[in-house]
Amino acid sequence: MLSISNLHAEVDGNEILKGLNLEVPAGEVHAIMGPNGAGKSTLSYVLTGREGYEVTQGTATLDGEDLLALDPAERAAKGLFLSFQYPLEIPGVPALTFIRTAMNAQRKARGEPEVTAPEFLKLAKATAASLRIDFDMLKRALNVGFSGGEKKRMEIFQMAMLSPRFLILDETDSGLDIDALKIVADGVNAMRAPNRAMLVITHYQRLLDYIKPDRVHVLSAGRIVASGGPELALELEREGYDKYARAA
Amino acid sequence: MSVAAAIKAGDASLLPGKRDEDWRWTDLRGLIRQIPAPSPEGRPWSWDSPLANALDSVSTVANGRGATDLEVLAGETKTVGWRFLSSAEAGSHNAELWVSVGEGATLTLVESYEAAEGGYLANTSINVRLAKGARMERVVFAQDDAEGVNIVDASIELAADAVYGQTVLTNGARRQRIETRVTHPGAHAQLRLDGAYLLGGQRNADLTTVVEHQGLDGATSQLTKGVVRDQSRGVFQGRIVVAEGADRTDARMGHHALILSDKAEIDAKPELLIFADDVQCAHGNTVGALDEDALFYAEQRGMPADLARALLTQAFVGEVIERIEHEAVREAAQAWAASRLEL
Repeated sequence: MLSISNLHAEVDGNEILKGLNLEVPAGEVHAIMGPNGAGKSTLSYVLTGREGYEVTQGTATLDGEDLLALDPAERAAKGLFLSFQYPLEIPGVPALTFIRTAMNAQRKARGEPEVTAPEFLKLAKATAASLRIDFDMLKRALNVGFSGGEKKRMEIFQMAMLSPRFLILDETDSGLDIDALKIVADGVNAMRAPNRAMLVITHYQRLLDYIKPDRVHVLSAGRIVASGGPELALELEREGYDKYARAA
Repeated sequence: MSVAAAIKAGDASLLPGKRDEDWRWTDLRGLIRQIPAPSPEGRPWSWDSPLANALDSVSTVANGRGATDLEVLAGETKTVGWRFLSSAEAGSHNAELWVSVGEGATLTLVESYEAAEGGYLANTSINVRLAKGARMERVVFAQDDAEGVNIVDASIELAADAVYGQTVLTNGARRQRIETRVTHPGAHAQLRLDGAYLLGGQRNADLTTVVEHQGLDGATSQLTKGVVRDQSRGVFQGRIVVAEGADRTDARMGHHALILSDKAEIDAKPELLIFADDVQCAHGNTVGALDEDALFYAEQRGMPADLARALLTQAFVGEVIERIEHEAVREAAQAWAASRLEL
């Protein structure tokens, strides 16, 4: 599914990713953990094509297709979704309008017909109910005046609506209390599927109690410095990142 | 010295220009060497607007001719359309109109400025008087030709407990100024004074407002938003004066603009002149580009950059349009903005 090889990337001339290698096969959930400044968010922005994140070497492919040659919207239409660490507020655009515009743009890019209004509403109502989102909230401007937890829930709602093939969750647990965390994790777990994969980026182990990873990778100073099973996350929680910071 | 006087006398030296402080960004004297010949009678055309059949009455002023005054009697409710046309043969013309809204009466007035082609110099003066407790909403659609020059000035006088709301929507002209002067008695009268300018090409628009709070307990809320592209230029001049003794005035002014090209320009002059002690006044003025973070967010969800930009721009202007109270007029305004933003 996702295959990253010797990826180097810089921001403002500073090299942040320094030869990153990663394979996430279809059907699996991988976690990336690491200290602040390791390059976790940079990785999510490089994969999604944000301006200012310059790839200088290496490759990243999704099912063999070169991601780095595509613009951000094309990558989204191929099924790449990033749940933002800090979801943006979009004043003046109701959440439903925003998501429907995105959905139809993706469909158009894939040569599919637009979603009809009744189809869209039916899907939105069912999805909102499963994430315990008040439907009236979806008529309000996206994320404007929403709490941190509500914003994260809206990310998962968008993810469920757009039904991407590859999900990147960037610090999705930050700002969530335990009840919100459970709802979000349930939403993410419901999306596990044999033809779909996820990359869960997190600083703390807590989220991984709810979204169980198949593999855990430690990112330090722009490289994956250790990989293991779920027990690696527990070890990091106990012993911290010091050992890996030195190793890098 | 006024545009009306210059047109009447056929004397360009009477036009206001950059030496007049209030006109320094809309220099008509520098632009117009000679007043165009007086306009002949103009033939009206039909109104291409969803509002054509949604209002109680629509009257047309063509090349300055055919203006009739408007009176809404106490307790009455009216929705009225006024169209001001400059025909293909137009040179220069003036029109002057009076509106009076009686006690407790309600008026929705939609003005549409339209032109067949450029080359005209048009001036319209509107005098509005609201009686005690009267309500009026005025929405102006200024749809001039790119080569036209159009000046509209309105003087509004409010009585106690009157409620006046205004929204000016414009896509500019060669030169265009839409000016509103409000005499505010305080006395629980409420004023909303909004505008949106969506400019492209080499168009100019100047939205100028002056509000004078003269008594206790008045409220003013003002929101203007602009989008300039290409080599266009937007001017916003907003002045709120709170006279001595006009205590407990609550006045808020906001002007926010997006510059979408490095050759486009915004000139803004927000002014609060406060001579009373106990007031709540605030103003905010921002000029910038679209939020790059929000653009990337929309692109990551699958919207190509052009679509993302259009959606965010429409949303930016949408805040002004949502404040229009009359539903059919608000919908027409939304459609107008969407077509100007090429959505």
